[in-house]
Amino acid sequence: MAVARKIPSPIVNIETEPFWKAARERRFVVPTCSTCGRAHWYPRAICPFCGGNIAWHDASGRGTIYTYSVMRRAKEPYVIAYVTLAEGPTMLTNLVECDLDALRIGQPVGVVFVETENGPPVPMFKPA
Amino acid sequence: MTIKGKAYIAGVFEHPTRHAPDKSVAQLHAEVALGALADAGLTRDDVDGYFCAGDAPGPGPASMAEYLHLTKLRHVDSTELGGASYVALAGHAAAAIALDKCNVALITLAGRPRSEGVATGTTPRLRDPNQPEAAFEFPCGLTTANGYAMCAMRHMYQYGTTSEQLAWIKVAASHHAQHNPHAMLPEVVTVADVVNSPVIADPLHRLDCCVISDGGGALVVVKPEIAKSLHWPPVRIIGAGETVKHLAGGSFDLTISGAARSGPAAFAEAGVKPADIKYVSIYDSFTITVLIQIEDLGFCEKGMGGKFVADGNLISGVGKLPFNTDGGGLCNNHPANRGGMTKVIEAVRQLRGEAHPAVQVKNCDLALAQGTGMQLGTRHCSATLIMERE
Repeated sequence: MAVARKIPSPIVNIETEPFWKAARERRFVVPTCSTCGRAHWYPRAICPFCGGNIAWHDASGRGTIYTYSVMRRAKEPYVIAYVTLAEGPTMLTNLVECDLDALRIGQPVGVVFVETENGPPVPMFKPA
Repeated sequence: MTIKGKAYIAGVFEHPTRHAPDKSVAQLHAEVALGALADAGLTRDDVDGYFCAGDAPGPGPASMAEYLHLTKLRHVDSTELGGASYVALAGHAAAAIALDKCNVALITLAGRPRSEGVATGTTPRLRDPNQPEAAFEFPCGLTTANGYAMCAMRHMYQYGTTSEQLAWIKVAASHHAQHNPHAMLPEVVTVADVVNSPVIADPLHRLDCCVISDGGGALVVVKPEIAKSLHWPPVRIIGAGETVKHLAGGSFDLTISGAARSGPAAFAEAGVKPADIKYVSIYDSFTITVLIQIEDLGFCEKGMGGKFVADGNLISGVGKLPFNTDGGGLCNNHPANRGGMTKVIEAVRQLRGEAHPAVQVKNCDLALAQGTGMQLGTRHCSATLIMERE
């Protein structure tokens, strides 16, 4: 199983405050453009595709592993990964609550919020 | 407007040190600057253009211009493209010379991460809290090693690439490094040595990773009239390209690098094809870095890199595409964690016929240097430079 490591607190700024406010409520929101309708990652206030304003949509929390790597050379090995969300974009994250040796690309995963040192929790994923 | 043939690399110098606890970073910059100027047969008074990147102490070029006592400057450029900077800056110098902004351009790189004990590849680092992605990436434990490892994992998934194929890249570099008296890792290794070395971040092993070293290097780029009066066989810059490749709002392919854009731009400007190139310097922070860039530059089809690099195809005198004949970052050095400078220097040595005789490519009249800066696993800069011996 992936061992818990201390997760550094995300640095919250004014632009992405709504994302972290939702995270504190254990809601995973994905920024989605009010003009072109596309979701994007990492979150920003202006749609990277069309320049429109974004809204914070509740996401399904479902995705699949795009790629991953077990960081073996760490005191507590952990799994970094890109997960492609059902909503479209692929995001950098960690895989947790998993067998380090049984992961595979394409595997379905679901979101979980993991506590950070003293900031809001961050979205990570575990096998679905 | 083109830079083709508008500028020449007249001086190169690679610092012989790999560990410099007794020197400052500025001092190393000065030593490589003086070395490259001496190689060219020029002096600091001839320098009217200075080029540096993020490794130069202080913001921009000012502190180093003062320390180096450059008093005739009329053009400066401190474009920061990470490890690709010096490949790009050689092209920028050629462009500045073509526009008559300067006649003699000095480009320097130096650093001492080894002496400073930076755990460069395996520790997450927060560079600038204002980076807009920082909040979403830093908590994930992104390091240099696991970022590149995710590229390798995806390449293996998409194309069936194997650890043994990646290992051949290190094997080839080690065959070259054995002839370099300054190389940090001069011992020849086998595919088995690489795949049996400890895993750092799946699927990359310790021997898939480059060294951490102190040191530096410098280039002197001059206008054609000056090049003709100097003693070396002139090495002309004939093509350059650069770009940034990023995650594009969450829609990307991690098996593709910026070389897919900077490479074709450089080839188009030079008017040559990949098949014409006799020698390549390819940025080699990790074995996977080399494989992906070789594909993106068009030396083989996308996805066929594993087969292409296997069986010694990158070894000088053995394979079709001799690469990094100094041993590269994988075996020789990676000064300041920025490998672009030494990529250009070894290409110039090959074009001059000055590489070690055991690795010198016969009739080497056309060479390419490829740099990647920052992180292939997220966002990076890419620069390609094509050079020709007259």
